[in-house]
Amino acid sequence: MSKIVFPAETLELVKKIIARYPEGKQKSALLPILHLAQAEWKWCSPEVMDYVASLLSIAPIEVYEVASFYTMFHLEPVGEHVIEYCRTGPCCLMGGVEVYDHLKKRLKINTGETTKDGKFTIKEVECLAACGWGPVFQIREKYYMHLTKEKVDEIIDELSK
Amino acid sequence: MKILTEHIDVPNIDTIDVFMKHGGYSAVKKALKKMTPDEVTEEVKKSGLRGRGGAGFPVGMKWSFLAKPEGVPRYLVCNADESEPGTFKDHYLMWKSPHTLIEGMIVSSFALGANTSYIYVRGELMYVINILEKAIQEAYDKGLLGKNILGSGYDLDLFVQPGGGAYICGEETALLESLEGKRGNPRNKPPFPAVKGLWQCPTVVNNVESISATSWIVNNGGDAYAAIGVGRSTGTKLISASGHIKKPGVYEIPLGITVEDFIYSDEWCGGIRDGHKLKAVVAGGSSVPILPAELILTTAAGEKRLMTYESLSDGGFATGTMLGSGGFVVMDETACIVHNTLTFAKFYHHESCGQCSPCREGTGWMDKVLNRIEHGQGRKEDIDLLVDVAKKIEGNTICPLGDAASWPVAAAIRHFRDEFEWHIEHPELATKPGAVFMREGASWTK
Repeated sequence: MSKIVFPAETLELVKKIIARYPEGKQKSALLPILHLAQAEWKWCSPEVMDYVASLLSIAPIEVYEVASFYTMFHLEPVGEHVIEYCRTGPCCLMGGVEVYDHLKKRLKINTGETTKDGKFTIKEVECLAACGWGPVFQIREKYYMHLTKEKVDEIIDELSK
Repeated sequence: MKILTEHIDVPNIDTIDVFMKHGGYSAVKKALKKMTPDEVTEEVKKSGLRGRGGAGFPVGMKWSFLAKPEGVPRYLVCNADESEPGTFKDHYLMWKSPHTLIEGMIVSSFALGANTSYIYVRGELMYVINILEKAIQEAYDKGLLGKNILGSGYDLDLFVQPGGGAYICGEETALLESLEGKRGNPRNKPPFPAVKGLWQCPTVVNNVESISATSWIVNNGGDAYAAIGVGRSTGTKLISASGHIKKPGVYEIPLGITVEDFIYSDEWCGGIRDGHKLKAVVAGGSSVPILPAELILTTAAGEKRLMTYESLSDGGFATGTMLGSGGFVVMDETACIVHNTLTFAKFYHHESCGQCSPCREGTGWMDKVLNRIEHGQGRKEDIDLLVDVAKKIEGNTICPLGDAASWPVAAAIRHFRDEFEWHIEHPELATKPGAVFMREGASWTK
């Protein structure tokens, strides 16, 4: 990995985010900036977290303890596409278990694993607040709803191109 | 009667021009130019509006607790961390009509004397955060946010804060911790946020739907709002309907319609999917007690159950449930109660912040024991063990997550004990794919 520094336009955004809070309360920017960091470097490595700490003038441990608390931050390397499927009750009622089993078979990996070519990671997450449109998974910002085995195949085909 | 979703299907209602063409931001004009903050609060009190996040605490009363020491900033924080399984109404409202929330934020912030407000949105909804940020920029460009709004002398800055994926941050003090850039560990109360909230300043935290309703209340008066509904359940409520119904989705209902109408009428859920029968409902999000078909449709006293706070809780936990967040999960006879309870138990195990031992340890044990019952390794004494663990969590934690974790397990056993027993006594049958216990003589097995 090259030296960890945000591009100039992201640094501008970081400044704007910090300005949302009263002076001295810049730690409040931690979650928004961790999201930016993860978008930039795919996962929150210790080096990335140390960099985020330096941007906010807080101790690295303050970043580690937060990043490890929230499910969205990846503390291990992940694939190009992280598929996060909802395994909670309502999605299961709509046939989620079968659909997710199909996804795992199709990619030949289990939850928490990454395909050998580094293309896909599957993660199991809790309710994504889309229960009426289940089964649901999310890849980065995008929600994929009303999933069926066929739809899963189409999505994987499209992303494999 | 639609208050929040009247124009939700109008094309481009997420843009400020279309929103204003349909009467949007008229409440901001009225409140800031013709009313005092106390008058706005008074109307909200009169409306009887209750917190729509799940607790149902009167919004106007919560506002009146806000401390107002000289020279100390006050904050309004919108709780858009919607994460309770079965609930997706705030997601829907913010995605379709972001200005509805922003208008409510301006009116409510004005009433509270807040000059900076935040909308804390669960991080997974990054696309909704982008929608909100675009809408907020539009409101700034129209002079509806920023300095001296509409020449009224009132200033307000509004920001969106992303969460990081943690159900616990829907608990208001955990949310404030998170907004301060920390782990989402709930705080001990008192002090309440109204006295010491965000950065130790007086703060009100309200749900998306509650805040969004305040604009209509300003425009039409608290009495008009209170005229909708039944008794202390005033106004309309967004219900997130999911599961085995013909038309899952978000519906705005006037409080007071019957549960039967809500499930079977074409105006709402449209009935159970073809060829199936109603078995059970979780009426207010995963944490509220599950009820079997007969008890969700009628109370133990034989009256038709209504979609109100009072009617749904009629009979207490013995035979009733709660309106909660309005996460209405419907199950037909194909649903396995043990499996569904396990998914909820796993959820609470995963989402416990770990601060209080009864919750941290208890949710883990419930998950483990339910898991072995589901997989054919249950023991006879497991059912009573689950009841015992649930009882030891309830009421013994800093925040309500402990209660939320224990109620669904206790209620599933209360109403479907035979189903758990069947899993334990007949593991060879229960572990077959798709196998579901059929209670003899039940309305859903006939």
